[in-house]
Amino acid sequence: MAFNYDKYLRLEKMPTLWCWGCGDGVILKAFIRAIDKIGVNQDDVCVVSGIGCSGRFSSYVDFNTIHTTHGRTVAWATGVKLANPDKLVVCVAGDGDALAIGGNHTIHGCRRNIDLTLIVINNFIYGLTNSQTSPTTPQGMWTVSQKAGNIDPTFDASNLAIASGASFVGRESMLDPKKLEKIMIKALEHKGFSFLEVLSNCHINLGRKNQMKNAMENLDWIDSITVSKKKYDAMSEEERLNLLPTGVLKEDTEAREYCDMYQDIKDVHQGKRAKITQDDFAKKI
Amino acid sequence: MATREVISTGNELAAIAAVDAGCKFFGGYPITPSSEVMHVISDLLPAKGGAAIQMEDEIAGIASAIGAGMSGVRTMTATSGPGVSLKAENLGLAQMAEVPLVLVNVMRGGPSTGLPTRVSQGDIKQASNPSHGDYRSITLCAGNLAECYTEVVRAFNLADRFMQPVIVLTDETLGHMHGKAMLPTLEEVEAGIVPRKTFDGAPEDYRPYECGPTEPAVLNPMFQGYRYHFTGLHHDAKGFPTEEIETCRKLIQRLEDKVMAHQDEIELNEEFMLDDFNGEEGEVLIIAYGSVSLAAKEAIRHLRADGIKAGLFRPITIWPSPADRIKHFTDMTKNVLCVELNIRQYTEEIERASGRLDLEGLYKVNGRAISPYEIVNKVKEVF
Repeated sequence: MAFNYDKYLRLEKMPTLWCWGCGDGVILKAFIRAIDKIGVNQDDVCVVSGIGCSGRFSSYVDFNTIHTTHGRTVAWATGVKLANPDKLVVCVAGDGDALAIGGNHTIHGCRRNIDLTLIVINNFIYGLTNSQTSPTTPQGMWTVSQKAGNIDPTFDASNLAIASGASFVGRESMLDPKKLEKIMIKALEHKGFSFLEVLSNCHINLGRKNQMKNAMENLDWIDSITVSKKKYDAMSEEERLNLLPTGVLKEDTEAREYCDMYQDIKDVHQGKRAKITQDDFAKKI
Repeated sequence: MATREVISTGNELAAIAAVDAGCKFFGGYPITPSSEVMHVISDLLPAKGGAAIQMEDEIAGIASAIGAGMSGVRTMTATSGPGVSLKAENLGLAQMAEVPLVLVNVMRGGPSTGLPTRVSQGDIKQASNPSHGDYRSITLCAGNLAECYTEVVRAFNLADRFMQPVIVLTDETLGHMHGKAMLPTLEEVEAGIVPRKTFDGAPEDYRPYECGPTEPAVLNPMFQGYRYHFTGLHHDAKGFPTEEIETCRKLIQRLEDKVMAHQDEIELNEEFMLDDFNGEEGEVLIIAYGSVSLAAKEAIRHLRADGIKAGLFRPITIWPSPADRIKHFTDMTKNVLCVELNIRQYTEEIERASGRLDLEGLYKVNGRAISPYEIVNKVKEVF
């Protein structure tokens, strides 16, 4: 039987404002299926989004939802989670939201390893505002703010998350919704900061201005730049040059989660344990 | 009214007040001269089952605090002028989405980095409109150590009553002043807590932003079966983005009217030695607020000893301003002296309220407090 999304959608908000053929809808559906599979009550979920096309994600799903200011998604969600450690808090942001204006919050969310799932929908461009350069726009591509060609070096969002201390980091494209659903379930179930980069298309504001005439050509391009981590690991540096590995890139189940550690602080102040010292941590510097 | 005597600092009292008022979350970032608020509350909240977190920047500090507030708990952030500048956009979201929040601003010299360790009242105007757009700020200003406590308590109750941020202004002098304060008892504070209104009907009937034209939104805590949406966009009765003309107009008008229609619940002033004012020649009305009022009171005692009939009008609620009361006293008194640690920031509001442009002023912007003698000398010089 086909999956029934209605339970989780705010049907009166349909259709979405996303363009025809946008990958955001595929990601939204994968997210809903993942939530359904992990069996969490809708009342116990908070979805926080920022500004951009991805920002509208929160208004379409029937949970406790917050549409915040540009880039502040993770900071907002940190407050929700720390005040309600037993609830599932999910952040949805775009590449501009999570990596440019909100880059600092992304880094520190990863570092704290607070139990949030951050889904970064990376479509390599500022889509909502008509094709400005984002931190992931490939060099040489046309953007409306760099019509002569983008010279800004890109950065690898998932590598940033790994280096910043997120205990789960994954990358998948929306080309294979089944794979996407599976990695979303892993990200949502992981205890600690889960950073999930989802590569998506913006044929309207990236593709058609960069020799990708339609959604399919934009998707073909995403297909051409992605390879499974397993294959990637077996490649030479030269072969890896223009490829992004997909799949689970990091999974550390030992790293302590922030709300759990904060419970220690509560216990100290409530006289239930001795003060926290360096001896409580294996890694001391 | 039962009282208790404590010896403390303004910053410590602000933190204790928050916890006594039922605050359960603090998000902040170190900044002089307010950091001690965070130092103290980070010890107090965990003991009460709450949480205090030092975030990566000022913006994250307020963002986390608003997030916690949206989930339903009483929440606070503390900072100084540069931090308010950074937090401004998110203060606007809390105004728009109607999220209760207390922000303590321990004022220091500005603009920019200014004088980090010195006193100022340079954020008075900023406090009336820190963020862009139309909304009505509620701003309280502590004038002594005890009020660093009582105004924070009052701010929490006003925030929940009017469902919006409430700013409490103190300053470097009060924040770091160490002395005796007479506070209401904890029992009294707890008895005075009025939590935010909630809707207890069927979830399908819930319209968080459908309220009277002069009433705040009714926002239920999260995770209790009432799933709705927060946004900084113009929004409809259920909180979802809309551009419908009448809905947009009504929303912004309501943000204004929910405060201005209930100013009697918000206004608080001190009238010091004004009882015997009757409009006779030679009376001197001093208008001052915050720590400056301590010097003004001392000056008034000296002036009275010298045979000059002086008195102080002190707004404790700065915004919205007590315009009617200001007009009452400025209509009655010819000689009016405004004293501020800035250049005419509140004087312009007093001019507006009084309709007078002949007010005298004593303004100091070098990071030093105003002494009683400066006020005494100014009064003798200009009147």
